Amino acid sequence: MSILATALAAPVNLNHPGHYVHWGVIQISLANLVVIGLMIVIFLAAILLPFPRGGGRK
Amino acid sequence: MTAPAAPRSWTGIVRDRAVRSFPPEQLLPDKQPIYVASWIYVFGVLTLAAFLVVLASGGVLAIEGPQWWHTSTAGHFFNSLHLWSVELFMAFMVIHLWGKFWMAAWRGRRAMTWITGSLCFVGSIGTAFTGYLVQTNFDSQWISTQAKDGLNSVGVGAVFNVTNFGQMLMWHIVLLPLVVGLVIVVHILQVRRRGVVPPIDVDPVDLIPEQGQ
Repeated sequence: MSILATALAAPVNLNHPGHYVHWGVIQISLANLVVIGLMIVIFLAAILLPFPRGGGRK
Repeated sequence: MTAPAAPRSWTGIVRDRAVRSFPPEQLLPDKQPIYVASWIYVFGVLTLAAFLVVLASGGVLAIEGPQWWHTSTAGHFFNSLHLWSVELFMAFMVIHLWGKFWMAAWRGRRAMTWITGSLCFVGSIGTAFTGYLVQTNFDSQWISTQAKDGLNSVGVGAVFNVTNFGQMLMWHIVLLPLVVGLVIVVHILQVRRRGVVPPIDVDPVDLIPEQGQ
């Protein structure tokens, strides 16, 4: 059980106060910034990556 | 000689209007225009799938209660499932919104599709915020005391009291999910009625005529 729990534990130690990024009046947690960055990457990938074409599609 | 016209009942009127607005082949289409073969068109249904997981995991949490989700292994699992399905729901919905915004998806008499989508977004934010308030931990206590100042400053604190756990729980698990669910149904019916929005520079031969484009 302890091996499984260790294997499934978060790969990043989250047991500490969050890190924040300051840019003028803008203040955002690093975690939220990473999530927004990932969403932009997924958005761009959805536009640029080819979609698998099935047969018989109009 | 023809039979006299039958008196019109409200059920007949509603049925005629429903069939006229949503012919079966349009309500449950088995073909889509070629431009729908793009990953950017996937995020609407991903949002819907995440929403179903949110409802199911929230239902399990409602059955078992806070003691269970705070202390048991299965409770932790469903608590996390509820959190991460909400994270995916919001992320997919925002990417869906970006895609639709940049393709001006309100074109072609799709204003109601756009408006119901916006209402769903706003309603989901309200549902998520009330979810923060009913975690029954120090995080929810902190958030409620911060939120009450903001809501009191605009004069709604007396009727929408974020420090009233029972009231916030009812908003989170009954009222707001009901509203968001109904708005999602109307949104999907609008998509079925008007069809998936074509790209701005689409070739007219790629349009499906029955979708009124």
